[in-house]
Amino acid sequence: MRFLKLSPAYLLLLPFFIIMGVFFVMPLFLIVAYSFMAAGPYGGVVHQFSLDAYLQILFEKDFDGNLHFSPAYLEVFLRSVKLAGVCTLLCVLAGFPTAYHMATRPPEKRNLWIMLVTIPFWTNLLIRTYAWMLVLRNEGLVNNFLLYFGIIKEPLPLLYNGFAVGLGLLYSYLPFMILPIYSSLERMDWRLTEAAADLYAGRWQTLFRVTIPLAMPGIIAGSVLVFIPAIGSFLASDLLGGGKQMMLGNLIQLQFGFSRNWPFGAAASVILMAIVMLGMMLMARKAKDVKGLV
Amino acid sequence: MAAASLKIPGFGGTAWAGLAFLYAPIVILIVFSFNSSKLITVWEGFSTDWYRAALDNDDLQRAAINSLIVGCGATFFSTLIALPTALAMHSRRKKFRSQQAVHSLIMLPLLIPEVVIAIASLSFFTAIGLSLDIGNILIAHIVFCIPFAYSPLHARLETIPPSLFEAASDLYAGPWLVFRHVTVPLLMPGIFSGAMLAFITSFDDFIITEMVAPPGAMTLPVYIYSMVRRGITPEINAISAILLALSMILVLSSYLINQKKTS
Repeated sequence: MRFLKLSPAYLLLLPFFIIMGVFFVMPLFLIVAYSFMAAGPYGGVVHQFSLDAYLQILFEKDFDGNLHFSPAYLEVFLRSVKLAGVCTLLCVLAGFPTAYHMATRPPEKRNLWIMLVTIPFWTNLLIRTYAWMLVLRNEGLVNNFLLYFGIIKEPLPLLYNGFAVGLGLLYSYLPFMILPIYSSLERMDWRLTEAAADLYAGRWQTLFRVTIPLAMPGIIAGSVLVFIPAIGSFLASDLLGGGKQMMLGNLIQLQFGFSRNWPFGAAASVILMAIVMLGMMLMARKAKDVKGLV
Repeated sequence: MAAASLKIPGFGGTAWAGLAFLYAPIVILIVFSFNSSKLITVWEGFSTDWYRAALDNDDLQRAAINSLIVGCGATFFSTLIALPTALAMHSRRKKFRSQQAVHSLIMLPLLIPEVVIAIASLSFFTAIGLSLDIGNILIAHIVFCIPFAYSPLHARLETIPPSLFEAASDLYAGPWLVFRHVTVPLLMPGIFSGAMLAFITSFDDFIITEMVAPPGAMTLPVYIYSMVRRGITPEINAISAILLALSMILVLSSYLINQKKTS
């Protein structure tokens, strides 16, 4: 069989396959398996088939073993999708103009802008999230500023709510949106905008009918890069949401930590991965449409 | 370039506002790390006391050493794995089948939410009974650092004209000589920036480390998180400022080296 003939390419790939297979792919399969098992009394799993973990997401079992609909976890799912979706949308709205501005600078200034956008991208997420606590707290900078100038009498509750979490997500992932859009704008043939102008298209018409469609691959790539970490985000909701704005990441972490319900955490992970894959498929389809256009 | 039709009103302003948004909290954090007041966001005077307190903190030092060990180890091994992988993916022979599938597998860690990787690794380590202290953290880090070490290598390989390898072969250089004297020197910038990205990724990671770390084994982000949980102190600001400076130096040097090598 031709497949069995080990070409050098396969030999070179061997270390990667071994490490990836054992320490990445197998753990993922393990999680899928755990999601169909029963919870052990002190964490871990009992090796018997059970759908309890998935049922628990929508229903609550009372003492008689009857199932009652309970929206508590569903709310966590919906909140995660909503926050990640809003975050992605805001990232596009803020990221596209920024990337556009960058791409229309002279080359040496462009490099400076790229560096300035890249630095936060590579600085510690925990610290960047923590910094917002300093800004938003009751005794934080914004409140101190407003109190000092007498604009407000009581500190505004800026921290520990959905607003703070959304802001934290936007802040965390904005560079993930700017950079891919920039790279597709930079590769774009700008003579096309001149052609549009020659054909009497105004700047807005050129923007919406030429530039944005051409930058679509970047916008889609950026959306994937923002949406995936945002929907599984742990730190923003943990530190800025103060436990009241639980997202999927927190729910999953909790099941493997304090709550010790591994199958439930595994089931939530499987659903999270399914949401991510669904999102990716929608994006890929969109990308195909875009390619068809050009 | 800057033709009138390219200017969209409001876009420049948005870009500057975006930049301000990205940097304001970082700048605020650094400024207040020099604040002498214990009240964090009330300015009282310049002081480096909190830096001294941070440097005297033994737990912090242990966490920093762990972070360095894990970071360097993950960088070394992920680069060691990424290099042959990138070479294989670039092999000059006709593209092997399933290349696209392998590429997806390399990038897979970027497409799975971190928290899922974290609990999957934890479950797996528990299931096989692996307890190597910070070795567990190291293994988890190597895996998710591979795509970061790989990407610049892959990009760099694309820019090297195949004629260079052919020229070396024509001069009777065997595959090993070509690798040592042609491939590696040409790849150096890619190796370097990939290693840098892998190091930063490992050094900054929180959730995966938090989940797989055995009790008592801490890295810097895990330690800082536990401090933040106990309450905001000026010392955290000082530690954070040091880490921010470190990340920035790494990114800047990676950027400058790349800039020099490509020009």
